Amino acid sequence: MPQGSAAVLAHEALEQVVREDWGRLLGALIRRHGRPDLAEDCLAEAVASAVDQWVRMGVPTSPAGWLAHVASRRLLDVLRREATAAGKVHLVASHVEGRPQPELGPGGQVDDRLPLLFLAAHPALAPEARPALSLRFVLGVPTADIAALFMVPTPTMAARVTRAKKRLRDIGAAFAVPAAEALPERTDDVARAIYLAFTAAYAPREGADVVAVSAAGDTARLARLASELVPGTPVFDALCALVTLQHARREARADADGGLVRLADQDRSRWHRDEIDSGVAILRRIEPTTGFAEERRLQALIAAFHATAATAADTDWAAIVRAYQRLEELTGSPVVRLNHAVAVAELSGPLQGLRVLQAAADQLPGHHRVHAVRAELLWREGQISAAREAYKAAIALCPDGPELRHLRGRLAAMAT
Amino acid sequence: MKYLVMLIGDGDEKPWGDMSSDEQGELMQRFGDFDAACTAREGVQILAGEALDAPSSAAVMRTREGKVSLTEGPFAEALEGLGGFYLVEAPDLDTLVELLRALPRYDMQIVPTIDV
Repeated sequence: MPQGSAAVLAHEALEQVVREDWGRLLGALIRRHGRPDLAEDCLAEAVASAVDQWVRMGVPTSPAGWLAHVASRRLLDVLRREATAAGKVHLVASHVEGRPQPELGPGGQVDDRLPLLFLAAHPALAPEARPALSLRFVLGVPTADIAALFMVPTPTMAARVTRAKKRLRDIGAAFAVPAAEALPERTDDVARAIYLAFTAAYAPREGADVVAVSAAGDTARLARLASELVPGTPVFDALCALVTLQHARREARADADGGLVRLADQDRSRWHRDEIDSGVAILRRIEPTTGFAEERRLQALIAAFHATAATAADTDWAAIVRAYQRLEELTGSPVVRLNHAVAVAELSGPLQGLRVLQAAADQLPGHHRVHAVRAELLWREGQISAAREAYKAAIALCPDGPELRHLRGRLAAMAT
Repeated sequence: MKYLVMLIGDGDEKPWGDMSSDEQGELMQRFGDFDAACTAREGVQILAGEALDAPSSAAVMRTREGKVSLTEGPFAEALEGLGGFYLVEAPDLDTLVELLRALPRYDMQIVPTIDV
């Protein structure tokens, strides 16, 4: 076999096993050795050493088994070095032999990704560390990609992940599915971590990847996995429906120049119908609930009304306004009120929208989106000079990026 | 692992002095419940546990240039409210937190010890 195709095969096999088995492999390592601070590095090293070996020797019969073996051996080496330094080397062998072997195949009694999900979003970790660790632990998303998602330098994210792993080890966080008493709080923690990653993926950003398609895809996978691993959990189902419905619109959210395309202007033929159908199907399973789960359910409901409208003009604005009203009652969030105002304007005209907007404006002084929405509604109402002033105010407050370019484009369009 | 659990604040509980004797009895019962839950759980053991006297009874000992002094405070803020402590052997934090739910709803600080 020529060297070139052996390399292609090795890379393909490795990509596949990382994509499909990373979480199970890492979970098995942590279950066996109990060292979240070391296990992930050892698995990453095993992955890094696999390409060379597999190009030379051929892809092993069980790529996952190969990685499990190499990672486990590396981890044992580290434990032995630690133990030698502490004069306790005799404890290492017995410590490991007494533990169960990792199970790799699906269909095992326990899926090791489940305790991993709870470990990565552990309440002993800072909330901002949990989404990063969830993506890294459960899916094996590279740290550089996670750094790009949260718009921080890679070394900063690497340090954050390292600190979080060390804390899990130091505080003695359990690798286990939480006890029944703690389960509702802990599932909420997991859902909040995934939701933070989701909102980061949908924040407007610079560069060619203006809508962070790959990071949003990782978040969608994580939400789906959570809802599959803990079936019948409203907060996971609601989150999964929301993320699936948003992600189905990914191809239409940016134009060829990397500019944001507003929902009303998106080419709906580029939305993924099958994913929208699956998001709606999940949503139908969930009853109205409370708290964080209900907030996500209402958001998913709004996304579903948008995603199932054949054209922008067909949108069921009355239903969307009702959902925003409930969401606003639940959260009291001025940002929700802002979106509520937009929906009211669509349903009952710009003047009604402006009335709802006023309360949000008082709660969000100095926020560019308040001015941007007011500008848009004033324009529609035919108050051109007031609209122009509002756009200028929005532009003065908006940070540099695609949103600012969009606002400048709107102001320029008014002049003509 | 070994954990020091410090009971540092009343949290959701009324101050002891504001409780009726029934309420005080219920509160004491919860300490007993915690003790029983720890005994029943495999791998968990209460190694030590005491209620502490008020800070007015306490002394701060300092050594400066070889000279020992004893003073009445000042105490670190957390220690002002330290009403008692446990030293518990537990397999992990999550198990410990689950068991600590049996105690009165005090604020607690949990610190793992270092294994040397």
